[in-house]
Amino acid sequence: MTTIAVVGTGLAGVRAAEALRADGYDGRLVLVGEEAAQPYDRPPLSKQVLLGKCESQDIALTDDDLRAVLDAEWLLGTRATALDPASRALTLADGRNLHADGVVIATGARARTLPGMPRLRGVHTLRTLDDAHRLREDLSRPGRVVVVGGGFIGAEVASSARALGHEVTIVEYEQKPLLRQLGPDAAGILGRLHTDHGVALVTGVAVTGLVGEDGVRAVELSDGRSLPADVVVVGVGAVPNTEWLTGSGVACDNGVLTDERCRTTVLGVVAAGDVAAYRCRGGRLRIEHWTNARDMPVIAAGSLLATLRGQDPTGQPVHDPLPYVWSDQYGVHLQIAGRPGVDDVLELVSGSFDDSFAAVYRRDGEISGVLAVDSPREFGRLRRDLRSAWSIR
Amino acid sequence: MQLCPIADLTPGVVTRIVRPDVPVPLALVKVGERVFCIDDTCSHETASLSDGWLDGHEIECPLHESRFDLRTGRPDCPPARRPIRTHVVQVVDGMVCVDATSLAPTAETAR
Ligand SMILES: Cc1cc2nc3c(=O)[nH]c(=O)nc-3n(C[C@H](O)[C@H](O)[C@H](O)COP(=O)(O)OP(=O)(O)OC[C@H]3O[C@@H](n4cnc5c(N)ncnc54)[C@H](O)[C@@H]3O)c2cc1C
Repeated sequence: MTTIAVVGTGLAGVRAAEALRADGYDGRLVLVGEEAAQPYDRPPLSKQVLLGKCESQDIALTDDDLRAVLDAEWLLGTRATALDPASRALTLADGRNLHADGVVIATGARARTLPGMPRLRGVHTLRTLDDAHRLREDLSRPGRVVVVGGGFIGAEVASSARALGHEVTIVEYEQKPLLRQLGPDAAGILGRLHTDHGVALVTGVAVTGLVGEDGVRAVELSDGRSLPADVVVVGVGAVPNTEWLTGSGVACDNGVLTDERCRTTVLGVVAAGDVAAYRCRGGRLRIEHWTNARDMPVIAAGSLLATLRGQDPTGQPVHDPLPYVWSDQYGVHLQIAGRPGVDDVLELVSGSFDDSFAAVYRRDGEISGVLAVDSPREFGRLRRDLRSAWSIR
Repeated sequence: MQLCPIADLTPGVVTRIVRPDVPVPLALVKVGERVFCIDDTCSHETASLSDGWLDGHEIECPLHESRFDLRTGRPDCPPARRPIRTHVVQVVDGMVCVDATSLAPTAETAR
């Protein structure tokens, strides 16, 4: 019987398994996941979970019905440590070997940490449910919170910590948070969200040190300042989990390199989700957004099954979605579509930049992105316009 | 229970019904000559489906893009896993009506 192994049991891994079954795959299906927890959804971690508004069972990615449909062997709490390209055998951390005819790499990414910093109590990153529980515990006591990094995770953590009544400071290396992702105008608007809600924003400085003996006491900055802190959350991006593929023949360069159909450089091995850097429009994209991790595994599963069935791969659909991300901060809902460039012009379509609004980015007059704050209906309409522009580009 | 005159509905446009005497927010959609009535709140998070995109018999949640079939209430993909409720519609004397008992909130809709 054929065996397919899915490595990684986050959203992309679960969706790959679901897509394989939906596509008619009836062989053996093994899911290998480093985390011992049942698969769960990450977006609520920085939002509802930190606020204590939902528990582990509310963010489960599978239920009895889905597990019955998947009919899989679950190897949870088990890390894959190597992949042999010739036999397509996986080595697991407990020393076991698992032969597979097809492999889906869905190992995602992990939180980046500050290089060369001491390991102190009170210093956190946020990627897993365990991380969220540890941080929530520390936020249950009064204290000063310093968030390093003004990206989406940093902003959401700051918003949640503020809602819990803490004094919060965000330290951002750029002149404005999200500057490189969203350009100066939008970065200014989103930066104001922080200050309007009583969160201090310190920009244009780097963190040079963490001070404390056992627990953290302060954060040192490149301008000589020292910010007192009882809790520090480091939100400075994520690193794709590819180290375990060393020697496997699966080419990696800031992520697993795939073609438009999610195929890696090893036949019978596909990749999807945060870990995958896919070819797209003559370039490469590695997208760390939920919707990409939901949709990409469907393409990966289709192309893996085509390979196993000896079908012509060019008959399979390609992965070329319009990037989409949302974020919830300070009670407002942000939605962003497309890949606006830093120099693209932000143009208000409805509402007001001081409140809720929908806006488009333009490059040479052409729509290149959509940004909305609490305007889902208008966002949906504009995203359709962007989608048409995206598909002809 | 009377919801609104059928003449108020435009094909392809979602009408949201929020009234003190209606236990849950509803969305009405006219597709061709048929009128569909669904709970307006997405089964995943508190998003209003009447803000979503309508495409044939499917309505897309404006926040996270799960699409629900107006006929069955079933979502096509996560994040929504549970179906939304659909309600049987009757047009009586030009008024769109649904059975009040079908609208009663349940443990699920109260989430
Ligand atoms: C706190 C937080 C909030 C977020 N909020 C939003 C949001 O609001 N909107 C949005 O669009 N996106 C959001 N995201 C991003 C979104 O959650 C990710 O894009 C998505 O989780 C990616 O799924 P994935 O399955 O590719 O990877 P992951 O979720 O990283 O899952 C990968 C899994 O593989 C496991 N693994 C790694 N290496 C191995 C190995 N060698 N063997 C076995 N298992 C392994 C990991 O332990 C992990 O469980 C958020 C992310 C975080 C962390």
